[in-house]
Order: sequence, then C-alpha cells, then structure tokens
Amino acid sequence: MARIATNRQVVISTAAAWLVGFLIFFPILWMVLASFKTELEAFAIPPSFLFFHWTTENYATVQERSDYIHHALNSIIIAGGSTLIAMLIAIPAAWSMAFSPTKRTKDLLLWMLSTKMMPPVGVLVPIYLIWRDVGLLDSLTGLVFILCLGNLPIVVWMLFTYFKEIPRDILEAARMDGATIGRELIYVLTPMAIPGLASTMLLNLILAWNEAFWTLNLSTLNAAPLTVFIASYSSPEGLFWAKLSAASTLAIAPILVLGWFSQKQLVRGLTFGAVK
Amino acid sequence: MATRQTQILARTLLAPAVGLLFVWMIVPLALTIYFATLHYNLLDPETEQFVGFENFRYFLTDPAFLASLQNTLVLVGSVLLLTVVLGILLALLLDQPVLGRSIVRLMVIAPFFVMPTVSALVWKNLLMHPVSGLFAWIAKLFGLTPIDWFNDAPMLAIILIVSWQWLPFATLILLTALQSLDEEQKEAAEMDGAGALSTFVYITLPHLARPITVVILIETIFLLTVFAEIFVTTGGGPGLQTTNIAFLIYSQALIQYDVGSASAGGLVAVVLANIVAFFLVRIVGRNLEA
Amino acid sequence: MGQITLRDVQKSFGPVHIIKGANLDIADGSFVVFVGPSGCGKTTLLRLIAGLEDVTGGAILIDGKNVVDTPPAKRGLSMVFQSYALYPHMSVRGNIAFGLKMAGLPKDEINRKVEAAAATLNLTPYLDRKPRELSGGQRQRVAIGRAIVREPKAFLFDEPLSNLDAALRVQMRIEVTRLQKQLGTTAIYVTHDQVEAMTMADKIVVLNAGKVEQYGSPLELYERPANLFVAGFIGSPKMNLVTGEAAAKYGAPTIGVRPEHLKISRDGEGWPGTIMVAEHLGSDTFLYVDAGALGTLTARHVGELDLTTGDKVVLAPEQQRIHRFDGDGRSLRAQ
Repeated sequence: MARIATNRQVVISTAAAWLVGFLIFFPILWMVLASFKTELEAFAIPPSFLFFHWTTENYATVQERSDYIHHALNSIIIAGGSTLIAMLIAIPAAWSMAFSPTKRTKDLLLWMLSTKMMPPVGVLVPIYLIWRDVGLLDSLTGLVFILCLGNLPIVVWMLFTYFKEIPRDILEAARMDGATIGRELIYVLTPMAIPGLASTMLLNLILAWNEAFWTLNLSTLNAAPLTVFIASYSSPEGLFWAKLSAASTLAIAPILVLGWFSQKQLVRGLTFGAVK
Repeated sequence: MATRQTQILARTLLAPAVGLLFVWMIVPLALTIYFATLHYNLLDPETEQFVGFENFRYFLTDPAFLASLQNTLVLVGSVLLLTVVLGILLALLLDQPVLGRSIVRLMVIAPFFVMPTVSALVWKNLLMHPVSGLFAWIAKLFGLTPIDWFNDAPMLAIILIVSWQWLPFATLILLTALQSLDEEQKEAAEMDGAGALSTFVYITLPHLARPITVVILIETIFLLTVFAEIFVTTGGGPGLQTTNIAFLIYSQALIQYDVGSASAGGLVAVVLANIVAFFLVRIVGRNLEA
Repeated sequence: MGQITLRDVQKSFGPVHIIKGANLDIADGSFVVFVGPSGCGKTTLLRLIAGLEDVTGGAILIDGKNVVDTPPAKRGLSMVFQSYALYPHMSVRGNIAFGLKMAGLPKDEINRKVEAAAATLNLTPYLDRKPRELSGGQRQRVAIGRAIVREPKAFLFDEPLSNLDAALRVQMRIEVTRLQKQLGTTAIYVTHDQVEAMTMADKIVVLNAGKVEQYGSPLELYERPANLFVAGFIGSPKMNLVTGEAAAKYGAPTIGVRPEHLKISRDGEGWPGTIMVAEHLGSDTFLYVDAGALGTLTARHVGELDLTTGDKVVLAPEQQRIHRFDGDGRSLRAQ
C-alpha cells in the first residue's frame, strides 16, 4: 500500500490473518499439545487445551525406545546421504550448463526437469523387482540411491539458477586480474556460490526427509526412516497417542525450523522458475 | 568462456548427471513396458507368459480402474480448487499490513513441511476420530452427530488432508507473485478511478494468471500420485472409495502381486502425467534463459 | 610500453558479422575513445583486445606481439567494467589486491601498492569496507584502483561512467583524464556519449555497424568529418544536412552546416523559416526552425536571443564551414 494503512485496516487484517493462521496451524499445535499430555488426557473427552497436567514423560519414553532412535538415524542418513550425493553429481553439471552453455543446454535442462514429473508409481514395479533381486530392498543404500535420483533434477535446476545469477563480468574481472580457471573457481566463484549451495541443500534435505512413497514401499524395518515408523502406527489400537504425538513432534520439529528458512528456495526449486 | 578446451570439460562434467537420469528414465520405463506385456504374478514366479495388450485391456476395463480414475480426478480437482481459491485469498490477506506477519506466515507455511504420514495420522486420529477426535467433540458441542469421516466420507477426508498440506505451497507461490506486482500499476489504476474490486479483477488477477497456471500444473503432477495419506488412513477403502490410480497400482503390485496388470497401470499413470508435464515444460521453457 | 595495433580484426557470432575488418594504430600513452551508437561493436572490439572474446580473423598486436591466442590473464591489460564487477565477498583492499595476489607478489609489496592506489583515488578510509557499503562513485573508484594497481600496458574502460548521475559523471570524467595523463598509460575508453569522447580523447574511433568510420583527433572529426555518419554523430546538436536544389547550389548532392555556423537574422540572404521551438539556456540559444522544403534546421547562438515560437528568421551558412558530401555520403574534401 502506498499510503499508510488506516488503523482500522491494520486491525482487521491482523485479526483475520492471525485467525486464519491459527486455524491452519492448529492440527500441528494440537499434536504438540498432545505430546505433553498423559495418555489418558490425550484421548479424553472433552479435550483440554491448556490446563492439563503437562508432562514430558512421553518424550522420555520415546528417547529410550531404541527403535525410534534407529529410525531417526535412518532418516538422517537417508536425507543427508541422498542430498550430499546429489550435490556432488549436480554441482559439476549445473556449473557446466551455467558457464559453458550450448544450444542444447536449455533443452537438456528441461528434459532433466521432466524426469521429476514422472510419477514414481509408474516405475514402482520394475524398481521394486530390481531392488529385490539385487538385495537392495530395505537397505539404506537402496533408499539413498533412489531418493538421490528423485531429487537430482531439482538440485541441478536450483544450482543452475544460482550459478546463473553470478554476474558474468565479475568472473571476467577475475580473468583480467590474472586468475587461471582454477583460481577463478576457488577465489571468486565458490565464495559467491556458497549461499546458493546452502539453500539448495536445505530444500533437498527437507524434501528427502519427508519423502513418503519410496520409503514406504522399499523399506520395512532395517532401513525404514521416520516416515515409515510413524506410518506403522496407523491403526488406533491402545492408548498411545501421546507418545506417538511426541515421536511425531520430534520427527517434524527440525524440518519445520529448516522449512521456515527455505521459503524462498521452495518457490525457486519447486516452480522450476516459472514464477519469479 | 567458450573455448574448445572448456567445452570438452563441460561435457565431462555433465556426463554423470545426464547419464544417471537417462538410465533412471529409460531402464525402469522400458521394464515397465516389458512387464506390462506379460502375465506375471509374483506368487507363481515361473509362469510368465507374453500376453501382449491383454493387460492393458484388462486394466482399462477393470471397474476398479475406472473407479480409481474417477477418484483420482475427484481428488486432484478438489484439491486444486480448494488450494488455489483459498491460496489466492490467503495470499491477498498476507499481502496486507498485518502485525506479526512473519509469525502468521510461519503458521500458514508449516503444514507443507510436515511429513505426510504424520499429517495423515494427526488428522485421522486426533482430529477426525469419530469418538475421541476433536471434530467429534466440536460436533457434539453443537448437538450434531459427529461424522465418521473414514467410513462415511472417506474421499472428503483425504481431500481435506491433502488440501491442508498443499495450501501453503499455493499460498507461498501466489504471495510471491503478488508481491512482484508493481505498486505503481495499482496506483495508476487508482488514478484511473478503479475501486478495490475492479483493481483485483482487472489488474491483480491477470497478473496472477500465469502463477496460478503454474501452481495448477505443478500440483497436478504431484497430486496424481498421492499415496502416503491414503496408505496410512484408509488403505484405499472402504472398498475402492479412496483408491486412486497410484494406490491401485500399488495394491496390484504389492498386495495382489499382479505385476503385469500393475505395470500396465503404471504406464497409464505415466501417460497422464506426461500430458500435464508437456504443458508445464512449455511454460518453464518460455521463462528459461540458458 | 603500451602500443596496440589492430590488423584487419574480424569477429562473427555465428552468422552475424559484428566487426568487419578493423585497422587501428594506438600510440603508447594515448587516450583513445571508441564511440558509436548502440550495437556498433565498440564494446565487442574492446573485449577482443582484452581477450574476453576470441577473434574470428585478423591480428591484435600489443607492443608488436600478436596476442590473439593469449588468454586475457596473460595480456597485461586491465579492464574497468560498466558494472564495476567488484568482488562482493572481498573488502576494498581485497578487491584492489586481487590482481597482485594472482601475480604472486609478496605481501608487503602488495600492501604498499594497494595503499598507494587507494591514496591516489581517495579510497584510504574505505579500505576495509565491502562493496555493498559503498556509493556508486566510490565503487567506481575501487574498480579504477583495481585496474591501475597492476601497472598494466593499457587500461580498457567499458562505459564506466554510464551508471553515475550527471554531476558525478562530469567530475569523474575530469578525474579519469587527469589520472591517465599522470600515469601516462595507454587507455582505450568505450562510450556512446560523444561529449565524453570529445572532451577526454587524444584520438577518437567512430564505429558504425562494425566498421571504423574515422580515426582522428576530436578536432579533426569535428572540422573534417570523413562521411555523413561521422558528421552527424559528432557535435551536439547534430549537423544540419541539406539535399536537393539548395545543396546543388554549393556543388554537392548533400551539404552540411553545424548549428553554430548558421548566422541568424530577421531577413536577408539565406534559408528562410519559422521558429518551432526556441530553447533559452542563458549561455546559448537554440532555435529549431521549420525551413519548409529544407526540413527542420537547428541553429545555435551564443548568448541570449529574444526570439520565440512563430517568429520568422533567415539562416545563413558560413561559407567556409559548409561540408560537402557525395552521393555515397563520403566527404568531398580534398584528401
């Protein structure tokens, strides 16, 4: 708004925005609250919102359960590993496309993006069978490999856009200043590219952590990350909602924090640049 | 930077990424096509036989397929409608002067970053449970009978869950697009005598047309293969009521072990996605300068 | 030493032929300006000399040695970019020192040189700041500092002043000229602004569509333009061009007279017309006159003239200052 908004406008928009925001956030909030209740309270009717007996016993129980830690570690390895490997493959590719473009570069990039548009379910059968025959089912390697391939197009794409944003004349200035290609890379390109590299890694860590198709279908116990672990409690037997809420809160908390920092990257990475 | 030496270097650097993605594309797809022509059941593994197009015929005329196709279209269509319309409204709201805007943004964005399995479980058990869920309690407060979501309105339940997850995406994209709308354009419209509604219809909405299209296309691509939410909540049921194409293929492959039929179905899903992808790639391509 | 020669330099980007055979001899220590309209190839030519683009044909000699196969890092030239191209993650000191660091000079020598350059350019208080904390003019000076500290064979300037506001531009123009004279290093300066060209250059290269139209001192270009293009490009407001009968009277298909060489009177011999617009600047008066069949003529009068829209005037060209051009636009002056 060009002019200062009237007080009344601000009050109305603020109230409306907070109300809507609260409604949208509510399920998460409710889950977090449940994680601090005792099991009985978690399922009690009428439900209590704030005035209940706050306890951290659920978190203690969850931490003690070795299978939770096992699956959390799996999530970390899978998300971290697939992102890292994807970065290693993507950085040279994006670098070459951004700085030595050819007539084919644009088509190549579009083709790479289109591989992300393929529905995973379309190749579920062969992947499952190959994984089974090669012994990769329920293995960390198998999951890291698949998630890496799944996210590779987005990593390449995002790195490409960040590399492209480095002004060409700064690199030329380095060349005029006597830098060889290697030194240009080390002293000028890399420092300028680091924020872009970090942003890309961030977004892809999040996407890999939350991935819930291949993880559900290609792992059962050993390599299962948190997505699968939580899914295995889908039938409401017994009173353990508070503990499940605690486990879920632990599972999503780091990603919520990271997600907050990667909003811009989300727009850049997932709209493939079609929205500026 | 285009000398001969760097060109060879460039091609070598590209090779791993291109090679891997190429293999990733071709091999599974080729295998899927191959399997789709076989009668192959994982339960009696040695009895594969070539049946040509029979799997396709079977799959496409299977009432389960038609039901799943319908469910897919309903699911995708409803989620698109909900997320885009609400997304525009939310984006407009967040574009206003709001105190504590960053916190509100955080609240609105959060659902997208929650693991699908966690979302599904929270909605299913904490909110939608007909006895001890929050919605049930609210309904009883108003003297209504609580809805048994996953028995009486399973599709609606899934639609709600998925929309909740994707609303932040639409909002964020549309908000970004809104904020790129030149302030001066709005001022020019005001000088020309346009009120708030006219400005929205004639200036804002056209500016949003392209981002809305992008949101629709991208969401469609990802929504065609909604899986985890169905897997965790309804398992495709009751009956086939919440089975979409993705889940149908999954159940045929890993529950009924009918590889041939599942592969045929997989190809159908690929074709559907390709149609959408064609348009999306065109739009992305227009924006891309390489 | 910084003598640069271009011999039949050609440059094509695919099927597009940008530079069509440029031949130039640039003396050591001279300030040469490449000037011309957008797209004429002046920046391309500069980049060819710098080595940032490869030539498609011809030779570029620096002190007698052909450098077309030498990478830019080894040519011993410095470039000041239009956007300054400062390294955003380095301080001013780091920016200026970078070239010396690449050359492998010892640390104290680098510091000495950097501080000397900074002193020359009044940058000493800013040495530890980052580029984003500097104003446009300061960034510009850092870019220049980076160029001079390496003591190159020649400076290459790519429209360095075009991003500055008008007042700063005039000030920097004087500083750059003064600096070049002080250092005595060859400078090649690209601009589209002919005022910059005229005021700064020892010699000007006027480029049009990839060809060198004329190479000479500012005064040569002003008094003896080689063709219609140069005549119309140099001098502001533009030279008046007259064709047809009025031109035939002076023995050429086209003649040209600069606005400052038209005598303005209310009647008498000359070209009559009606004033469309009169611009009063106090120091000068510019008249835009509708001269009927001759088109619009521009006349300049030093000092104030009490004339306005609608007044009738007669414009008489100074006989010695009439330029004659043949049917191909070339000057008919004796060679």
